[in-house]
Amino acid sequence: MTSPALATLIAGRRRAGLVTIVGFALACLLLAVVAVGQGAIAIAPSRIAEILLAKLSGDAGLLEARDVLVVLNIRLPRVLLGLLVGAGLAVSGALMQGLFRNPLADPGLVGVSSGAALAAATTIVLGDRFLAGTMMKLPFAALPLGAFCGGLVTTLALYLIATRGGRTSVATMLLAGVALGALASALTGLLAFISDDRQLRDLTFWSLGSLGGASWTKLSVVAPIILPILMLMPFLARGLNGLMLGEAEAYHLGIPVQRIKALAILLVALAVGASVAAAGLIGFVGIVVPHLIRLSVGPDHRLLLPLSALGGAMLLVSADIVARLIVVPAELPIGIVTAAIGAPFFLWLLLRRTSLIDV
Amino acid sequence: MSGPRIRQAHSTIPQPNRRELTAAIALTALSLGGLGRPAAFAQAPERIVVAGGVITEVIYALGLQDRVVGVDSTSQYPAQALRDKANVGYVRALSAEGVLSLKPSLIMVVDGAGPPDAVSLLKESGVKIVTIDDGQTPEGVVAKIAAIGAALGAAEPAGRLAAETKARFEELSALRAAITQKRRILFVLALQNGRALVGGRNSSADAIIRLAGAVNVADTIEGYKPMTEESIAAAQPEIVVMMRRGAGDHAIKPDDLFALPAFARTPAASERRLIQMDGLYLLGFGPRTPMAARDLMAAIYPEAAIPPLKTAAAP
Repeated sequence: MTSPALATLIAGRRRAGLVTIVGFALACLLLAVVAVGQGAIAIAPSRIAEILLAKLSGDAGLLEARDVLVVLNIRLPRVLLGLLVGAGLAVSGALMQGLFRNPLADPGLVGVSSGAALAAATTIVLGDRFLAGTMMKLPFAALPLGAFCGGLVTTLALYLIATRGGRTSVATMLLAGVALGALASALTGLLAFISDDRQLRDLTFWSLGSLGGASWTKLSVVAPIILPILMLMPFLARGLNGLMLGEAEAYHLGIPVQRIKALAILLVALAVGASVAAAGLIGFVGIVVPHLIRLSVGPDHRLLLPLSALGGAMLLVSADIVARLIVVPAELPIGIVTAAIGAPFFLWLLLRRTSLIDV
Repeated sequence: MSGPRIRQAHSTIPQPNRRELTAAIALTALSLGGLGRPAAFAQAPERIVVAGGVITEVIYALGLQDRVVGVDSTSQYPAQALRDKANVGYVRALSAEGVLSLKPSLIMVVDGAGPPDAVSLLKESGVKIVTIDDGQTPEGVVAKIAAIGAALGAAEPAGRLAAETKARFEELSALRAAITQKRRILFVLALQNGRALVGGRNSSADAIIRLAGAVNVADTIEGYKPMTEESIAAAQPEIVVMMRRGAGDHAIKPDDLFALPAFARTPAASERRLIQMDGLYLLGFGPRTPMAARDLMAAIYPEAAIPPLKTAAAP
């Protein structure tokens, strides 16, 4: 193959990649619009458009009725939170899988989710006892803040354990993560044991995840964490591609391996901490979305990372539509729906392929 | 009461003028028009969403269920509540939009309904929310009924129900005072792989055992917790109380229970004493609770021939 032909081929690939990303982004936008239109209360699309326009133009005149509250304070933050959390979880999964060069890696695997869950369980069970004053002032902030700190502390511990002399050993980190995860789960179990009935049920529901608690306040906490991560993502893609060859090889290619590893770990901790804090434990998105994307477009992180973000956002928003419509006027925990929709689809995709391992 | 007022009206205004007559006719027409609905509460809220089984139970007991449009999944008594009304889900996992979709004019929740985010959204929506304290003492139950009545603008019938309930609790307390030798009870909520989840201190089971004039042997444990086999054997319960779960496979037979090592050496096992009662009736802490406590008492002390409560209607 001559070099101009190769150049054309690469340019073609790049264009195809860009087209895919734009296509995904449009699909995601369309889905978000549909999601804002769906809910237990039937509101005509024209009315929704009217409400949104009035909000955008700052016209407070009609911002009185109940459907305005539903669109602006319930659905819109909920859909936006779904987009952010879905994107955050899926990108975290993709980053972890790239970092560990292991398609099974997932934020749950290295204990970040467990650490966040432990902190959340602590606020649920012990919050009333030890934080009485604070809980009164910040009843809705204590749980997310707790979960977020839990995720960060776990990741920090993990990083300190796995880093010796400026080098982070991914294998040590994986093993330490499993151990820390087990420890966090054990402590969560202990908290479940000493909790009363109500707290136990709160724990159970929280651990199944929900976007039901979405609010602008919550968004204003989550968005400044997850959005920058999504912005930083492209800078990691080349490094993670290099890491696929092996750490030493990547190093000799001139890739700042240590910096890439540290950055990826930090981003995962922030994204997962924020997601868990805002929506509880939502499994499955982080591990499966990157796989779906890899199965369809290949392992190039320059495509994989943004498409995972968009795919995760779409999966979570679709799952949330189902969660809030299927048992109206009640709602299902979203973790049940992501698994129930995603798992069979994923299995079907796997079964269609002849080889299961060439990720 | 209306008699004197009419006489007075006649004495002060001998000849009603035309305007007053028109007003009187209009008022009569209005009140006749209101007859289709419960006229006494015509201006009270009409679309109620309830989260908390005990509130549903009281509303049905007051005969005001027509005004309820949605109940939560713990509203299992009376059984038609969940058949006739929309189900808004579990009391601690409500959906704000789901509840609002029923266009409620009043939302009544037990304290602890949630999640907090959903409740705060409901508050923002401007719909009136009333929180009912879920007390598990006789005073708590009576206060609960009165509070529900007040929120419904039905203070009078609720006051009657509360007074009846109070009288029943007092009667129960007299029955309890006659018990000299208190029996030792273990409440088993569930058996998980042969391990017993028991009702300890500050559980609804503990509260009903006390009301029935017995001793809870698990009161060193807080809430509903698993109890070790040795502790059960050491606690020496004379009677085991469990919830009845229909016929099917879930029904526990005394032989199966007392064959478990933890229970085999207890006084309860040697006398084969297992009491099974409907869980909601037993642990609901609503207007039926005095009767439930009396029934439990009668089952615990069969030789005392505990009489039915005199003031009790059929549950």
